[in-house]
Amino acid sequence: MADELAIDVRGLTKRFGARTAVDGIDLQVRRGEICGFLGPNGSGKTTFLRMLCGLLRPDAGSGTCLGYDVIAETRSIKREVGYMTQRFSFWEDLTIAENLDFTARMYGVPNRRRAVRESLERLGLLERRSQLAGQLSGGWKQRLALAACLIHHPKLLLLDEPTAGVDPKARRDFWEEIHLLADQGMTFLITTHYMDEAERCHRLVYILEGKLLAHGTAAEVVAHARLTTWSVSGPNLARLAEQLRGQPGVRQAAAFGAALHVSGDDKAALEEAIAPFHTKEYQWRPIESGLEDVFIHLMDQSHSGGSP
Amino acid sequence: MNGWYEFSPARCWAVVVKEFIQMRRDRLTFGMMIGIPLLQLILFGFAINSDPRRLPTAVLLADRGPQGRTLLEAIRNSSYFDFVREVKSEAEARDALARGEVLFVVSIPEDFSRDLLRGDRPVLLVEADATDPAATSNAVGALGVLLDTALQNDLKGPLAYLGGAAGPVELRVHAKYNPEAITQYNIVPGLMGVVLTLTMILITGLAITRERERGTMENLLSMPTRPFEVLLGKIVPYILVGYIQVGLILVVARFLFNVPMAGDIGLLLAATLIFIVANLAVGVTFSTLAKNQLQAMQMTFFFFLPSILLSGFMFPFRGMPVWAQVVGEGLPLTHYLRIIRGILLKGNGLMDVAPDLWPVALFAVVVLVVAVLRYRQTLD
Repeated sequence: MADELAIDVRGLTKRFGARTAVDGIDLQVRRGEICGFLGPNGSGKTTFLRMLCGLLRPDAGSGTCLGYDVIAETRSIKREVGYMTQRFSFWEDLTIAENLDFTARMYGVPNRRRAVRESLERLGLLERRSQLAGQLSGGWKQRLALAACLIHHPKLLLLDEPTAGVDPKARRDFWEEIHLLADQGMTFLITTHYMDEAERCHRLVYILEGKLLAHGTAAEVVAHARLTTWSVSGPNLARLAEQLRGQPGVRQAAAFGAALHVSGDDKAALEEAIAPFHTKEYQWRPIESGLEDVFIHLMDQSHSGGSP
Repeated sequence: MNGWYEFSPARCWAVVVKEFIQMRRDRLTFGMMIGIPLLQLILFGFAINSDPRRLPTAVLLADRGPQGRTLLEAIRNSSYFDFVREVKSEAEARDALARGEVLFVVSIPEDFSRDLLRGDRPVLLVEADATDPAATSNAVGALGVLLDTALQNDLKGPLAYLGGAAGPVELRVHAKYNPEAITQYNIVPGLMGVVLTLTMILITGLAITRERERGTMENLLSMPTRPFEVLLGKIVPYILVGYIQVGLILVVARFLFNVPMAGDIGLLLAATLIFIVANLAVGVTFSTLAKNQLQAMQMTFFFFLPSILLSGFMFPFRGMPVWAQVVGEGLPLTHYLRIIRGILLKGNGLMDVAPDLWPVALFAVVVLVVAVLRYRQTLD
């Protein structure tokens, strides 16, 4: 059962009027896997998650989620899926404990009181249980939302930018919790904009304008992009970036701290393009392309109408 | 602090432009600004009549002599009375009056013509439903003048002596249910219906739009619920709130305004439940139609306005033109006013209120079905 698929959908499509938000996405996620879902704002990530948990009806496509049909059996899916919305969506005029209790009732959790208490304990919310959810800071709201999503022991968790606006320490705790749960067999589909979080996922999916552009492990995604990257440091890098952009062979030039990363998908052409800038002022060295280089590259490529 | 004199017409104009753009985007508010004056003009201008005429009247004819018929003809010609039915007995007349089918019963007693010709001054008995004094007082006032002149043509020549100083007929008016014509007796029970309509619709109207506005709807929808569970769950708490209002109003009505409570309070409370549910259903339906809380409030107001104007709360129902009465019959408040006034003032029982009870129940069911159909289980 270990390699059974938690999510197995093909050609999932959603249109809003003339706009196609999700355009024929195929996705397979194994049970116990943490799948990172990446892509710029408005690329269709949220829409895809909403289709998976029955909040939106797909216009085309088919498939199963936890073995249930994504179109016909949404109620069964909802019972076994936890969905954490991008925007905090619990009741701000209820306390933490009341929110958990309500959620437990809605899912018909057995031994409700105990489940709520355990949930409060596990996420360290016990002392704050009588605090109104609306008065919590971003990090605590996120903990509450996660606790509530977990209270019915879902088999699949869909998390939509769960760590947006959360401090680094809380983010790390959050990811430790996620890995712990994944080890116990829970499946995760997590959208994020953070590269460090992407690297914590077992597998990555990158979508842009509703289309799936890349998928695989972080290493696979990087390897697949066949991107050559040089790092350059020196004075006035912004001007250098301007000069490099638009050169044949240079796909992108982006600032990374005190250095500039210059990438291209044709190794020879890139080296030819940067050769005139090998002056004393600048220190050049070839580096491994990172995920971020790859993703920015994928984004630019699509916008300039390049081949996928 | 000292910049108050710095008025920038350009900045002010920027606000004007922005307001116009936003006004244009918010179609419903714009529609309300056009619709409400139109609605008020039509309702106040055409539907409302503070001197109601052609009021439904029943006739109890125990004497079929020509003078009686002359008198009835004169009464009809006054335009205040519309003879809608003839009743055969006192009991039938009482029922028609209790159920509000007629506002008057005119009785021509036995031997009316004989007594008249003998100069015995027979009695013309008019029973009026005085629960709403405004509806009947003008008509009753017109009767006195009318009787003096009505028989003048019949009593000519040898009979002229009968048209003497005291008049040939004695008019006896029984103002039933509210003999002292105390307006509060009519208004206070009516207020209960009005208060319930406004608060129940408004409070539930906000219930679902609030979830949508705060973003909690997405969460609620991701849970395995059925529409009816959510809608019913939203309605039940406010039934309790409604009953608290009812209790409060009844106590005030009884001890502050001395409103008579002739009927069964248990029956009133049971009928009120149906009325409360009907209004909550309207609110929940608005809630599923409106995009935000403001729209829900606007819809509530749009429903409330005809409710108080066309239900017979503010103005006599029978005085309105037929089309307005037809609209009024479609509003739960119209029926509830008849029920509560009937029970409190007339002492009506279940059989008397039943004709007004089922329309309210039907209304509630229809509106609830709309709400369940309109309730979206997805975010589409």
